[in-house]
Amino acid sequence: MKKFSMIILALLIGFSVYSQDDKKPGQKLPSIDLQTASGEPFNTANISNDGKPIILSFWALWCKPCVKELNTIADEYYDWQEETGVKLIAVSIDDARSSSKVRPFADGNDWDYEILLDVNGDFKRAMNVNMIPHTFILDGDGNVVWQHTSFSEGGELQLIENVRKVAAGEAIDKH
Amino acid sequence: MKKLIPVFITGLFLFLSGTAQTQTFTDRGKVTGSFQFDGQYYMEDDKLGITEEDLDGKLFRMNGFGNIIYTNGNFRAGFRYEAYLPPIAGYNAKYEGHGVPYFFAEYQFKNIQITVGNFYEQFGNGLVLRSYEEWTLGYDNSIRGARVKFQPYKGIYLKGLIGTQRYYWEPYYNGNRGIVKGFDAEFFLNDIFGGMAESKTRIILGGSFVSNYERVQDKTLVRDTITYQYNLPSNVAAYAGRMRLIYGGFQFDAEYAYKINNPSAMNNYIYKNGESLLANVSYSKKGFGISLSGKRIDNMSYKSRSTEIGEALDINYMPPLTNPQTYSLAAIYPYATQPNGEIGFQAKVNYTIPKRSKLGGKYGTKIELNYSNIFNIDKQAVAEGIPVDSTGTLGYKSDFFAIGAPKYFETFDIILSRKFSKKFKMILSYVYQVYNIDVIEGHAGEPMVFAHIGIADLTYKFTPTKALRMEVQSLFTEQDRGDWVMGLLEFTIAPKWFFTIYDEYNYGNPDKDMQLHYYSAAMAYVQGTSRISLSYGRQREGLLCVGGVCRAVPAANGFTITLSSSF
Repeated sequence: MKKFSMIILALLIGFSVYSQDDKKPGQKLPSIDLQTASGEPFNTANISNDGKPIILSFWALWCKPCVKELNTIADEYYDWQEETGVKLIAVSIDDARSSSKVRPFADGNDWDYEILLDVNGDFKRAMNVNMIPHTFILDGDGNVVWQHTSFSEGGELQLIENVRKVAAGEAIDKH
Repeated sequence: MKKLIPVFITGLFLFLSGTAQTQTFTDRGKVTGSFQFDGQYYMEDDKLGITEEDLDGKLFRMNGFGNIIYTNGNFRAGFRYEAYLPPIAGYNAKYEGHGVPYFFAEYQFKNIQITVGNFYEQFGNGLVLRSYEEWTLGYDNSIRGARVKFQPYKGIYLKGLIGTQRYYWEPYYNGNRGIVKGFDAEFFLNDIFGGMAESKTRIILGGSFVSNYERVQDKTLVRDTITYQYNLPSNVAAYAGRMRLIYGGFQFDAEYAYKINNPSAMNNYIYKNGESLLANVSYSKKGFGISLSGKRIDNMSYKSRSTEIGEALDINYMPPLTNPQTYSLAAIYPYATQPNGEIGFQAKVNYTIPKRSKLGGKYGTKIELNYSNIFNIDKQAVAEGIPVDSTGTLGYKSDFFAIGAPKYFETFDIILSRKFSKKFKMILSYVYQVYNIDVIEGHAGEPMVFAHIGIADLTYKFTPTKALRMEVQSLFTEQDRGDWVMGLLEFTIAPKWFFTIYDEYNYGNPDKDMQLHYYSAAMAYVQGTSRISLSYGRQREGLLCVGGVCRAVPAANGFTITLSSSF
């Protein structure tokens, strides 16, 4: 058993190094069946924004920093869209306890985001999201080009800075 | 067999990592993954009553996992390695050890998807089947077996599965737990019928069937010197039907589930059938949202081993109808779903007072209201002279719509949040809770807890990325451990640094020796998706709950380190 864990450990390290090299073309989104907040079936492989950048933000009603981040962005969202054409998709990982309350909550907070319901965490697992908030930036072709976890006041500045670079077709610093 | 699985996976991944180097696979193959390491170093604490003996030499404990997913076109495979050496205080001791509890391979061929190995699944709201994992709780009931998803026509989604559930590190062998089979169908009517495609009304219907086969156990009961043999079922079936109706801003959801008699250690081996109903109606438009929910659960514990009473081997899931509390003192009295019976209601309102209005101020003001009230269901004796819940009987009769006694939980809270300027924001909150500590925490005979909690959360930004946040919380109650006050300061430099100090002071504890300070200091550094955090302090004894499932957290004193990363 000990030997096995050593092999696993070696593989994990090997993979992380390997995947860093592999990251250049970016990672396309996996295909997971979800529903939109308004009850339409939606497959995550179909996430697109006419060649413009996308922010994918994993959140939940119980996650205070997530709601804070989405409220902060909501104040700027109109300007961001106008400037970069970006679209924010807020993926709620709330389970059956709250999934039916996600839409009234998002509307009640005056958000203009597209909302997806990931009620059993399938998309979350496929995207390797350990902790939320976890935010991804996708380029116009749907490749993951940047990701970040947690939120603090001012964190949105780095996010929009990177979205601007993606919109302009510039390379961004991975971290 | 147990030894072969890891060898097989290692082989598979060595093969994949080998082939991944070749030209054809680098074009399409992708490896992604994540890790987490949670370690705690424990120290003695006279005040908390933690002695050298309690620590038993296990001064350092850790929980960790590494998750790897390989994707190539329509093929996906992955595994998760977990280690608990030994598990952090409060996690089930059965986790001690390490290994690969989760591995899978999945292939999508046009409209059919096949998964072999472990998988997570949920039918509808989970009332008859849900397998999921919650790392912070140490909960994992993944199913190992096979699953097929099939989409025969636009708008029709079918799923079928068979397998056995995870039970810590114990492998499945003949008869030590049940074999779960399930089938689910979901119909999006607007997509199926062309004529409805443009309709403003959206209708979704669904139905599920689940069956658990368990080898019949011998169980006897001696009453008045006569020995009775329980006639236990080997197959327990459950089924459910659901609908969702959406019209503009209106939405109506309901699911009803039924389970045939399932005498188990959870329900004191009664032969009553189980049922549950979950319904929700909501309305929202921009700036306003309201939702009302109702739920009734009657004898719905459904596990794949009839003798299990712990937080494991659950086939189904019963969501609690309470608002999850995020501030620490408001989370001292959390609700846990009572699977043997509860009836409850919940209301939630979110409203944004528009910007630049007299009340709303320059940036608008947000208001949130929550109310929940949960009781036992009505329970009447099945016959004269037979007490309610008597083992080997039908247990009780219950009026579906009646509210029983006692009350389990009630909460009302109001949250106001407002941004005053670019530099200053404030959140004010008041929470009222009624908590049946006797039933929820099993503290027999303790009186109902009535608590009032006030919270102020202020944020001041010095520069666009440097901010100081202050929390002041106060809890007042005459019961249990009495009054608490809490203060927190958090300084952040976005997007990388977090520094936090806080103290929870139980100044109202009726036991003078337990009027303690639970202080803590923490810092965290974030780089992309990697996060490292280090904290030192005292941890208060309590319940940690996620989704109505709870874990008891013991009092502790020491250092905690968390490392998390994904790629």
